Amino acid sequence: MSYQTTTKDHAALAEAFIKDEERVDWHDGALWYIREKRDIASKGIPEWEELREAASQIKSNVISNLHDYLLQFEANLKKNGIVVHWADTPQEHNEIVYAILKAKEINQMVKSKSMLTEECGLNEYLEERGIGVINSDLGEYIQQIDNEPPSHIVLPCIHKRKEEIGELFHEHLGTEKGLSDPTKLTRVARKPLRNVFMPRRAALTGVNFAVAETGEYVVCTNEGNADMGAHLSEVQIASMGLEKIIPQKKHLGIFLRLLARSATGQPITIYSSHFKKPREGQEMHLILVNAGRTRQLGRPDFQNSLKCIKCGACMNTCPVYRKSGGLSYHNTISGPIGAILAPNLDMKRHADLPFASTLCGSCSNVCPVKINIHDQLYKWRQEIVKEGHASSTKVFGMKAMAWTLSSSDKLDKAGRAGRWFMQNVPFVVNNKLNPWYKQRDMPEGPKETFTEWYLRTNGD
Amino acid sequence: MKIALFIPCYVDQFYPKVGVATLELLEKHGCEVHFPPNQTCCGQPMANSGFEHLTHGCSDLFAKNFQGYDYIVCPSGSCTLHIKEHLGVPELAEKCYELTEFLVDVLQVKDLKASFPFRVGLHQSCHGQRGLKLAQMSELNAPPFSKVEQLLSQVEGLELVTLDRKDECCGFGGTFCVAEEALSVRMGQDRVQDHVKNGTQVLTASDMSCLMHLEGIIRRQKLPIRVMHLAEILNSVKVKEPQPVSLS
Ligand code: SF4
Repeated sequence: MSYQTTTKDHAALAEAFIKDEERVDWHDGALWYIREKRDIASKGIPEWEELREAASQIKSNVISNLHDYLLQFEANLKKNGIVVHWADTPQEHNEIVYAILKAKEINQMVKSKSMLTEECGLNEYLEERGIGVINSDLGEYIQQIDNEPPSHIVLPCIHKRKEEIGELFHEHLGTEKGLSDPTKLTRVARKPLRNVFMPRRAALTGVNFAVAETGEYVVCTNEGNADMGAHLSEVQIASMGLEKIIPQKKHLGIFLRLLARSATGQPITIYSSHFKKPREGQEMHLILVNAGRTRQLGRPDFQNSLKCIKCGACMNTCPVYRKSGGLSYHNTISGPIGAILAPNLDMKRHADLPFASTLCGSCSNVCPVKINIHDQLYKWRQEIVKEGHASSTKVFGMKAMAWTLSSSDKLDKAGRAGRWFMQNVPFVVNNKLNPWYKQRDMPEGPKETFTEWYLRTNGD
Repeated sequence: MKIALFIPCYVDQFYPKVGVATLELLEKHGCEVHFPPNQTCCGQPMANSGFEHLTHGCSDLFAKNFQGYDYIVCPSGSCTLHIKEHLGVPELAEKCYELTEFLVDVLQVKDLKASFPFRVGLHQSCHGQRGLKLAQMSELNAPPFSKVEQLLSQVEGLELVTLDRKDECCGFGGTFCVAEEALSVRMGQDRVQDHVKNGTQVLTASDMSCLMHLEGIIRRQKLPIRVMHLAEILNSVKVKEPQPVSLS
């Protein structure tokens, strides 16, 4: 299985998504509904803003002392009998998982939701080596059978209509044609999903919070699939990015209250499962993955993006995300947070993402750990242009604009009264090739500019 | 109190009446207003496109033009935000005010003596709201306030429309409006639809750039909504007997 990769940029992918107007109506509406649920939940807690501040400070502390916390965590994991692995790259991570499974001659694994393993391309890697992986989270399972990456970090198939899911189930699970009732569809999916847990000897989960003080980790799900897999497994593997650390167990009281409210408006996820020690006869492994995180840590303007707890609130509130769909970001993590994480991984490939925003700032306001997302989008734009990833026509246009506007004489020569603007500002060219004019009228040009009016009436 | 008026470049070119209304409004409330005629642009369009390093010429010119005033007032939240956060001239940054915050915080206007008997839909521009904090943001768990609404409530006969989404971005976003044309238009259409649905007669905002985008959509779709900058509404003269003016 390998996802189709795209060479189109965000604008082109968004345009394609928008063509289906009804889908946009509904996608936008569904996510706005979740944003509203989040508003109600957060406003139900008087100390909400204090909680955000506390979470932000704890995470800042973690980022500043990551090295120490990681060593403390590692020591405690070992004490608890968990085998610790360090992976610098996605490739190394995949090799470690493969080696663990191979040693036990396991060729089937069940996986609960983990964006990190999506980032690493783990399923594909294992399948090429003859190991079958089933995603046990319903949304991810749907994406898996459709051979498409998740479009949202919390709601992996939010861009799909229920009718489309019915069609997929008809094709892959042999259900009757035309089934679109969500309850019925879920019941259908339950069967194959339940069945995969039993024979699978290995289970892999993601990690929401890793407690340095105790060497335990917490996984939050609504479906209980992480527990089901882990409890039945003979080998339990957890993969986590280095940034998932929190210092102490008591801090969970802050993060668990924020996470589900921010994500879906629920007070707490249905399951918040703590994993600490292997059962008798069970093996537990934990893989700490870098995959570019230390590089981001070394960028002062962007390091606090590592505070992210992957709640998805910034996506739900983002009008660009709601109207263009997660897949238009062509990166595992989409939306505003994806747009500030992706350029760190490959600046050239993701040079378009920081521009896929109006800098409206709503993302920073909903973020439970107060990441200044929109400021970082602005800063990435400067970085990307400096690194030479802007098109040459754009560079030329901007230079000409900067030169003309740097003096009023130059602007006068260029033709202050409309002529320069007519040629250089896109809203004024009355032709179908002009992106402004395609679906919008131009402003009506007045007889005189304000400057001219002022000089005329104030007797220059 | 010596005030310098900063009129954003596109307002100068396309919406001189917004500049006139701003000037008249400030003078009406007792300000001595100057317009440094050599002004061009604050550099925001370039900076937001990732070319902040090319804006030094604009910044230097701005600093030269706006030296020596008590306040700089600008009828655009977005340009004001750029001057405050990115221009790199702190003495000017702290003197620069967006028009509504200047009226509310500095002049503390309590009676505008304006009249505008229409159903007005307010588009809350993001840079003014979330950047300059002209109004409480719906995302936060914090007491509501709105400087713009505080002013609009002083306008006789004006009925403020309640929107479904009171502070959603319109999709203008500077060069975003052409770089992401399809998305920008779709975002704008959805904002306009909210106003149509809730009975807006006159659409207003404190940022002309958002309005230019929304007006382009409204006119293309031939919708019966008139677009006016906030300064024009706040400057509308009070008539003894408020009577509806025809909305041609
Ligand atoms: S950036 Fe903030 S809002 Fe977005 S997913 Fe991460 S924690 Fe949630």
